[in-house]
Amino acid sequence: MTIEIPQSFWLYFTFFVLLLVDGLWCMLATRNLVRILIGLEILMKSVTFFLIAAGYLSGRMALAQALVITVIVIEVVVVVVVAGIILGFYRKHDSLDVGNTRRMKG
Amino acid sequence: MIWFTLLLVVLVLAALWASMTTTLLRSTLGLALASALLSVVMFSMGATLAAVMELSVCAGLISVVLVSVASLTRPRSIQEELASRRSRLRRIWPLPLVLIAAGVALSFVHAPVDIVLHLPKGDGDVRTVLWSLRQLDLFGQILILLAGALGVLVLFRKEAKDDD
Repeated sequence: MTIEIPQSFWLYFTFFVLLLVDGLWCMLATRNLVRILIGLEILMKSVTFFLIAAGYLSGRMALAQALVITVIVIEVVVVVVVAGIILGFYRKHDSLDVGNTRRMKG
Repeated sequence: MIWFTLLLVVLVLAALWASMTTTLLRSTLGLALASALLSVVMFSMGATLAAVMELSVCAGLISVVLVSVASLTRPRSIQEELASRRSRLRRIWPLPLVLIAAGVALSFVHAPVDIVLHLPKGDGDVRTVLWSLRQLDLFGQILILLAGALGVLVLFRKEAKDDD
């Protein structure tokens, strides 16, 4: 089965790129560990949106939804574990500054 | 199509607010708003099950986790806050300009898309795909959830030993 991609692809691609740039900039411009996690979340939003757009354009929405559900489950586990690591880091260094990671062992 | 594009613009604005605002609580609220808007976008595209998951898990659970993390940390002093805000503003202010430039540049792209996908036949209901065709994904999800739960347990157990 062959599927041609319609022109509305560029609309979805534009907003995917905007969210991607926003998330990347948020991660790179901050020194706060929680903000880095929020930037990662925005990146995940862009990927989720593009997966749904790909399913919509190709007419494979069921497959796209199955993949998005998998992405959301992984996203939650990543956020919870990273939040635990951030809290452990805060108790050790009394700071959320990413610069303190240089003082870690290893 | 206009309201849909407007919805996407508001989604990007919510994500931008989450990136640029000064306090962690406002950032978390911006992220929750972006998740809620993304779930509306998904719903309007026909991805109802994924939209419900996005709304309940991402806009709900993840926001609760992030607010909990923010509440368990000590607020900074006024001097620290001002210094941090100034240095952060220097790094973050070009972001809206970059987004506007990228949006304008990409809106002029109307090149024909020559991508041709060769997909296998069949695409039924999402439940059929999830439970019949993507069983390995479900197995992976269960393993990842268990690994996440164990990871959190190990983190807090180490903390308890440190307290002793």
